[in-house]
Amino acid sequence: MWNPDEHVIVVQRTPAPGAARSAWRTFRETLRGLMTTFGRFTEHPVTVQYPEEKTPVYPRFRGRHKLHRFDDSDPTHPSLEKCVGCSLCAAACPADCIRVVAAENTPENRVSAGERYAAVYEINLSRCIFCGYCEVACPFDAITMGHDYELSDYDRTDLIFTKEMLLAEPLERTPLRNEGE
Amino acid sequence: MIALVGFYEAWWIQILKAIVIFAVGLQLVPIVLLAERKLLGRFQARYGPNRVGPYGALQPLADILKLLTKEQFRPTSSIGFLFAFAPLISIVTAVAAFAIIPFGNVQKIFGTPVGLYGVDVSIGPLYLFAFGAIAFYGIMLGGWASGSKYSFLGAMRGAAQLISYEVSQGLALLGVIFTAQTLSLTGIVTAQKGMWYIVPQFFGFLIFLTASFAETNRAPFDLTEADAELVGGYNTEYGGGRFASYYFAEYLNILVVSGIVTTVFLGGWLLPFGIHPPGWVDPFVVLFKMSLFTFLFIWVRATLPRLRYDQLMSFGWKILLPLATLNALVTAVLVVVTH
Repeated sequence: MWNPDEHVIVVQRTPAPGAARSAWRTFRETLRGLMTTFGRFTEHPVTVQYPEEKTPVYPRFRGRHKLHRFDDSDPTHPSLEKCVGCSLCAAACPADCIRVVAAENTPENRVSAGERYAAVYEINLSRCIFCGYCEVACPFDAITMGHDYELSDYDRTDLIFTKEMLLAEPLERTPLRNEGE
Repeated sequence: MIALVGFYEAWWIQILKAIVIFAVGLQLVPIVLLAERKLLGRFQARYGPNRVGPYGALQPLADILKLLTKEQFRPTSSIGFLFAFAPLISIVTAVAAFAIIPFGNVQKIFGTPVGLYGVDVSIGPLYLFAFGAIAFYGIMLGGWASGSKYSFLGAMRGAAQLISYEVSQGLALLGVIFTAQTLSLTGIVTAQKGMWYIVPQFFGFLIFLTASFAETNRAPFDLTEADAELVGGYNTEYGGGRFASYYFAEYLNILVVSGIVTTVFLGGWLLPFGIHPPGWVDPFVVLFKMSLFTFLFIWVRATLPRLRYDQLMSFGWKILLPLATLNALVTAVLVVVTH
């Protein structure tokens, strides 16, 4: 037979303080609370004033995408694009926001290093979830995630980034966190 | 109609004084408003408003402009006349109470003796409590006439709270009145020449201060507008200019209470150690002491959590009222014995 009394855990309490003692305790604790808030008052605010100050991002931060060219350091004409238009990024994309239309490279019009190149490369950033799968899927490291996260716009159509926008050297708007910072 | 007045001026001086006090009072409120938001921010290790104007100095102006340009609306269940009238009561009583705070004694300005106060009535504290009692109609009618359950609950709480704490507040002042042997606020200040009443009447000071927090509906006794449970309390249904009036009256009440504490317990315009500055310094001394108490009000708001309603009532009736009575009794006995 189960006896509930055996399972009752008696709460151990200190004896209740008297009226004067509890009044003093209330008063003292109120003063302690006041000193605690005053301690915060004397400190400097911890606020980061966002548009003026920015928290630096980590190197692995996944921001706006970048498309890359080969680094040939030839200033006269742009070097070849790394993207060969294989559409693996589009296949990997869970949000289905990448559109690639490939075309053949010809000797007269050589755009990329491979057989084919991306004639159209669009990323719909209003759909992108910044998962970075495209970066992982790319066999040539042609697409990487940058550090820019200030992407708001007034029009949805402006958020469809074309190949030219993704290839262009992006504005360095975001500070990068230094080693050990 | 008016009780005995300590010092009469010519009628035009009284009108001028009324305008000056009204103007100064009106300028002080936005400063307190901004100070509250900035200081609360600092107490929470953030900046507070700092976007409008340098250091956010124009924030109250923006707030007031926004409120005044808003549409005046009222719920269909409200009683129109009372709904519009109630904020008026609040603001009128707050400004009227501001009139008795003495910023200095009678002084000669361009050869004309002028008392640096609105009016020096021989019933100083009674005048204050009279207007304090009328002010509760502002809250009560506003909440009740809104025709909303939250407003109604807030108004009921406000009424109960104001009544129970006004008693202790009055009794806490009795000790001072016994000692000073006068009800005139300038008289009370001049009676503190030797020692400020905060020293002999320390318990009266504490009781009055605590009751004042409840009287001005400030944290930790801001049950009338307990946002967590009553949305906004008695002013839930208010918006625009009418809400601005309530808001304004609330902050003016803080100033009034700070002024009364300064006058009654901190020696008004008197400075310690027998320093006697020229007369024009007196209002600034009073304003400085008032700002200390305003800071205390904000500090306490940043610190203490809101009390439960039954805690508030039992604290008022079971602790504060007996203590205030005891304080008045002991002072009365001591005054009789020593005289």
